[in-house]
Amino acid sequence: MAAKKMFGAADASILVTDLRRSFDGGVTRVTLKRISQTSIIGLTDSPTWSVSLLSMNVDDVICRDLYTTDPNTTSMQLFDKLIVVSLLRNSIKLALKQLKNWMAPEKAKTSLTTFPASAEIVSEPLGVVLVISAWNYPFLLSIDPVIGAISAGNAVVLKPSELAPASSALLAKLMEQYLDSSAVRVVEGAVTETTALLEQKWDKIFYTGSSKIGRVIMAAAAKHLTPVVLELGGKSPVVVDSDTDLKVTVRRIIAGKWGCNNGQACVSPDYILTTKEYAPKVIDAMKKELETFYGKNPMESKDMSRIVNSTHFDRLSKMLDEKEVSDKIVYGGEKDRENLKIAPTILLDVPLDSLIMSEEIFGPLLPILTLNNLEESFDVIRSRPKPLAAYMFTHNKKLKEKFVATVSAGGIVVNDIAVHLALHTLPFGGVGESGMGAYHGKFSFDAFSHKKAVLYRSLFGDSAVRYPPYSRGKLRLLKALVDSNIFDIFKVLLGLS
Amino acid sequence: MEGMKETVEESLREMRETFASGRTRSLKWRKAQIGAIYEMVKDNEDKICSALFQDLGKHSTEAFRDELGVVLRSATVAINSLDKWAVPKHSNLPLLFYPAKGKVISEPYGTVLVLSSWNFPISLSLDPLIGAIAAGNTVLLKSSELSPNASAFLAKTIPAYLDTKAIKVIEGGPDVATILLQHQWDKIFFTGSPKIGRIIMAAAAQHLTPVTLELGGKCPTIVDHHTISKNIKSVVKRIAGGKWGSCSGQACISVDYVLIEKSYASSLIDMLKPTIKSFFGENPKESGCLSRIATKQHVQRLSRLLNDPRVQASIVYGGSIDEEKLYVEPTILLDPPLDSEIMNEEIFGPILPIITVRDIQESIGIIKTKPKPLAIYAFTNDENLKTRILSETSSGSVTFNDVMIQYMCDALPFGGVGESGIGRYHGKYSFDCFSHEKAIMEGSLGMDLEARYPPWNNFKLTFIRLAFREAYFKLILLMLGLKR
Repeated sequence: MAAKKMFGAADASILVTDLRRSFDGGVTRVTLKRISQTSIIGLTDSPTWSVSLLSMNVDDVICRDLYTTDPNTTSMQLFDKLIVVSLLRNSIKLALKQLKNWMAPEKAKTSLTTFPASAEIVSEPLGVVLVISAWNYPFLLSIDPVIGAISAGNAVVLKPSELAPASSALLAKLMEQYLDSSAVRVVEGAVTETTALLEQKWDKIFYTGSSKIGRVIMAAAAKHLTPVVLELGGKSPVVVDSDTDLKVTVRRIIAGKWGCNNGQACVSPDYILTTKEYAPKVIDAMKKELETFYGKNPMESKDMSRIVNSTHFDRLSKMLDEKEVSDKIVYGGEKDRENLKIAPTILLDVPLDSLIMSEEIFGPLLPILTLNNLEESFDVIRSRPKPLAAYMFTHNKKLKEKFVATVSAGGIVVNDIAVHLALHTLPFGGVGESGMGAYHGKFSFDAFSHKKAVLYRSLFGDSAVRYPPYSRGKLRLLKALVDSNIFDIFKVLLGLS
Repeated sequence: MEGMKETVEESLREMRETFASGRTRSLKWRKAQIGAIYEMVKDNEDKICSALFQDLGKHSTEAFRDELGVVLRSATVAINSLDKWAVPKHSNLPLLFYPAKGKVISEPYGTVLVLSSWNFPISLSLDPLIGAIAAGNTVLLKSSELSPNASAFLAKTIPAYLDTKAIKVIEGGPDVATILLQHQWDKIFFTGSPKIGRIIMAAAAQHLTPVTLELGGKCPTIVDHHTISKNIKSVVKRIAGGKWGSCSGQACISVDYVLIEKSYASSLIDMLKPTIKSFFGENPKESGCLSRIATKQHVQRLSRLLNDPRVQASIVYGGSIDEEKLYVEPTILLDPPLDSEIMNEEIFGPILPIITVRDIQESIGIIKTKPKPLAIYAFTNDENLKTRILSETSSGSVTFNDVMIQYMCDALPFGGVGESGIGRYHGKYSFDCFSHEKAIMEGSLGMDLEARYPPWNNFKLTFIRLAFREAYFKLILLMLGLKR
């Protein structure tokens, strides 16, 4: 294979110019075109759960990136892959079904001050947009935003993560093959290419990744006044009340943590908060269920994905090896650098200022922090940056209501983990350090649209009140109009006031 | 400046503490504060009009129409609607998730910063303030130093009416703004120029602070003489009002320039001239109905725009400038070159270029060569042209057959796109602007599906696949063992 030419500033400029020309030409605005693009992405007609339009190579590719280092292994994290394909399929189906509704103008109510008039809000595409995706769910986090961008009528450039190189290459190949490359392009690469892209003027930038890079993206966007959606992360806490169904609680936490890419997900339960009294029960229940899920030797389990690369492996290793932390391990802790595997690990009461409690873990380590009473957990959470998700398990209605009302996070889930991202009727996004903007379902369409206000006025009937020279009478009428008090208006008009 | 830095930090600390106490969450508190803003404006009408006259030479009627009236109305709408706005929005969830419930709650961001502008110093300060309070935030308002009397009024009077631990005012210029921007805010709302908008957003990026930027642009006004000639008098009046009637053209939604077919240009000009006279008399400078230019620097800027010899040559009316009196005469230009400075930056003053085209359809092409403006105005009854304008141009808003009035329609979002801004407000959009839409899902511990958990087998995987497709019938078959 020929050496890849470096994608630099000039290439980025040509790319954007090309796409702008296509956008201005109107190719992305036509509804039928949007629908056909979305259904092409939509591999929706497969009778089996494996994606049919994409060749069987896809399965191997996804495996190769994340699940094992042995490409010949057929066993894999079936659940994760199934979830990704299903989520994408549903996203596409929804867009196809709802597109005409989403595109329809929304009528707005006018008032006496603007009478006679009618008003509406029209959705229009922003133009040429950039989607920068992440490595942990490379297909989902690339294609889902692209669906939103296309359905809203934009031309799109996708830059998949270089840390999932096989997925990135496949996305590039398939999107070129199946989609209209005059309006949809993929640029592969790392920092150099991303920097070149960020220097261009985009009409919107959609980024999924870390808070650190989120700042870089927003700062670059600021130069062109480009609006952004930043889907970042954070330490998503799980508060476990003793008044709960422990087995279900623990199974859901495990499935949400280790069952989702081995903790490498933005809405992964990061750490647990529970009472000193209840913690031993939680730990025992977790150990039991972990064994049921992954067997006595999780490092050998085929249902566990690996750490994405050695950099992240070392990062997580460092967290585990820190003084005051390594002695808090109550389960797991095994590491295998060659195979990039870390066993499901539970820690108890690590120091609040330890490395593991200072940044998003994004891995298979689960600290449990204990408190004297459960209400203190709210203060602990509130003293930290706002996470993408906050979870609580409880039967206690009052506690639940307080949690929902007073804990700020992108989203809150009670009595479950992570499922909210499958619900297209809920906006998915962060707040504060965990991000800005939201998507999924119609929120994706809205994220990539400009809502243009349109007012239709009549040329008849003009109020002298609007124009100079100004008089006291005009002032009185204006005051009446502002209060929209018909009676007052009549009084003024009849000279009675 | 050290003193200022400490003041800012102390204010932030107090506002954060107040927010954490939960006081601003109460709808009663919010309505009381907004009610107090209403009272403040009503009680001090004369003082406010006087301040605006001192700062900008605004006539009290203009001041009421554009500023006080806007604030009073905004406050009334907020108080009357807050209960409705604050209701959580219920979301339908798929049957599979039964009996789980989903909803979206609007919660305040926390402690927010409002940076206001000098041209409408009262409404551009208080209107966003109302939104921030309605959403339950604590707020710091920085008013513009270029409208010093209005700024002083706000700084002195707001503490007398509002909860000072939650709502604060700080006066000052760029140096104060710089200090403010070094700190972390939960939201920043800025009204001003695109140039400063970039600086604000770059500063906000350091803290991942979401922003709403209400900027500006060149708001074009298309006059399709063919289809509106019967009502040309109204059209001319509205254009004149939209240029000179509101802060002497210094408004973000002012008519910036007009596009009209060549053959009609002179009759338009011939109608504009007497209209201007009817508004301002023979000597606009002394009329008392024409606002002043903000500062000498702004007069000099407008002067410079006119000094281009090619632009000078295009003056068909007006053109005189009195820097001392901060006066620029209502001026009309006919076809200044499209590459002149005046046709490439927002004029923000009482100068009206009239650009002629052969066919009115060409005006769309001209508009597209410029950055997306805050508003596009078009006087036309041609449905085809209306459709073309709507689908081929992009702007914050489009108003047909009038100018400026979209500002008063609080069912419409007010905001820009591209160079004209990010985000929107007015009416419920103000409430949303200062709220985080938090998704809530409440699951049930009761019904647990084995299929959710490893170790995996074919049954579980088929179950999940069918579940995602909401193929409930097939799911039942599967569970009954009737489907493989």
